Amino acid sequence: MSEPLLDVRHLSRRFDVSPPWLNRKLERTGKVYVNAVKDVSFSVKRGETFALVGESGSGKTTIARLIVGLLEPTEGEIVFDGQSLSRGLQGREARRLRRRFQMIFQDPLASLNPRWRVTDIIAEPLRAFERGMNDRARRLRVGELLTLVGLSPEDGVKFPHQFSGGQRQRIAIARALAAKPEFIVCDEPTSALDVSVQAQILNLMKDLQDEFGLTYVFISHNLQVVRHMANEIGVLYLGRLAEVGESEALFEHPRHPYTRMLLDAVPDIDMTGRRRKKVEGEIPSPLRPPPGCPFNPRCPFANDRCRIEVPGLTPVGLQAAACHAVEEGRI
Amino acid sequence: MTMENAPAAKPIAPPRPKGRLRQALDSDIFYSYRRSPVTIVASIVAVSLILMAILAPWIAPHDPFNPASLNLMDGFTPPMSQSAFGDNWFLMGADNQGRDVFSTIMYGSRVSLFVGAMATLFAITLGVTLGLTAGYNGGTVDAIIMRIADIQLSFPGILIALLIFGIARGVIPANQQESMAIWVLIVAIGLSNWAQFARTVRGATMVERQKDYVSAARIIGVHPVLILIRHILPNVLGPVLVIGTIGLALAIIEEATLSFLGVGVPPTQPSLGTLIRIGQQYLFSGEWWILFFPAVTLVLLALSVNLLGDWLRDALNPKLR
Repeated sequence: MSEPLLDVRHLSRRFDVSPPWLNRKLERTGKVYVNAVKDVSFSVKRGETFALVGESGSGKTTIARLIVGLLEPTEGEIVFDGQSLSRGLQGREARRLRRRFQMIFQDPLASLNPRWRVTDIIAEPLRAFERGMNDRARRLRVGELLTLVGLSPEDGVKFPHQFSGGQRQRIAIARALAAKPEFIVCDEPTSALDVSVQAQILNLMKDLQDEFGLTYVFISHNLQVVRHMANEIGVLYLGRLAEVGESEALFEHPRHPYTRMLLDAVPDIDMTGRRRKKVEGEIPSPLRPPPGCPFNPRCPFANDRCRIEVPGLTPVGLQAAACHAVEEGRI
Repeated sequence: MTMENAPAAKPIAPPRPKGRLRQALDSDIFYSYRRSPVTIVASIVAVSLILMAILAPWIAPHDPFNPASLNLMDGFTPPMSQSAFGDNWFLMGADNQGRDVFSTIMYGSRVSLFVGAMATLFAITLGVTLGLTAGYNGGTVDAIIMRIADIQLSFPGILIALLIFGIARGVIPANQQESMAIWVLIVAIGLSNWAQFARTVRGATMVERQKDYVSAARIIGVHPVLILIRHILPNVLGPVLVIGTIGLALAIIEEATLSFLGVGVPPTQPSLGTLIRIGQQYLFSGEWWILFFPAVTLVLLALSVNLLGDWLRDALNPKLR
């Protein structure tokens, strides 16, 4: 077992969604906060893929943005290769650390500047991190990267809007790889793409992982995609981790009722013709989360304890689940 | 051994982009230009007026500001006629001092265009800078800048210009007032127009700031100022170009209004507005051409620039394509 490259410890992020000051005074209301991420801990081993799954609103993207430093955590710590990222990076040390991680975004059209040519887009990290590189060397590197992701160096003169969705995501991957990072946060990289293209992009990302020994944090709401990619999976519900575990174990023996519900909802060839259990209810508003276990209003096993006490992650078999019913052996 | 000498696959760099001119001729904008006869006419009018203004010292038939070439006896010569006392022929007639109206218009539009263009440029620079700052930072900075803009927009622009003009008159020493007048005018008109640029740019910046290409640059650690200049500015400049063009027409009219009121450029450098002010004194005594031709020039200039702005707005709006 290799040591973890990324260690996320008790990460929380709160957003202030209060109405403006004057409205608050006139309507006599206080400040309103949303706990987008609450006490999330996990670690990612070097060269592996950790997947975060959850419905929309579960805090997946917030965690991604916290890891790469686009947001500051309210509480908790992110440790990258032994160095804490949370205490504000500055100067040369920051640049050294920054070049080691990158991010791939959900919507490839929005993540590429529409006024820039592809060459300039991919070369941006090179300009930032390879200060000594001359123009020619930079362009050669861009050509190399374009070939690597399955595009042609001639595509470098074009603008992002001249490509298809899958090709745009390839460009985004090329940009992420430009400065040779070790660690890439992928925020639903395939959810904006056609199903046929999704597989191509996922295979490309796997090949690149094998070739360069990359470590991924892979965020998705699609369990099949996650199964294909991840070594370990964390299931998020309303900003908290419901279950963490090795990918196969989690798929074979889901412990948390929420994970079970998600897996039951996945279309499966063996299930053809039979009625499927559907995911019941909706994710509650994060503005007013239910007391106790966040999943209790939708949970078939909820009892009084679940409605009062917030469960913590407890190890069960090869996984860890945050569920009183599992802990008590009721399910 | 031969295997080792075989040339390795040579990395290929992406080719350089096509030339600017080819790009411009292939663009959608040029296509929509060719399809719009009104725009073609407007651009021809605007370009010839601008050329006339720029080339005035070389192509004007008379030099209206050289007293040696003026003959008071030519005064009030009607258009398209020979002076009764000299051998001068006047296309648009002569004014009270015997100056050729056609030539004064050429010199006058020079002043009008210079003031209008510089004032608009000043307003754009100020407005875009403040708009980018407000939109990108948000919070208190945004609130302060935008409240100033709101206050400014609740006054008529001409009032603000008059106010600035009055302050400048008090601050600048008397012997420099004449030479500084044109710059004071530029600052006054520019300061009364920046708010709309700031508003437009702020809104567009707030939209762009949320997009992931900005996040991607922030992850790399690109400095916020560079993000604003390299990433966001090119994406918010479209609407600025449009209101900038219309703003130019407005600035020209504002300059004319101020000069008409007598607070604009000094009489030694008459603009179209000054010419109109002089001309209106003679309107009721029948010498209509002294007013008429400068006024028509002003209308043509403002109208053609406005039409170009309108076209630009439609051409840059992808929803109307």
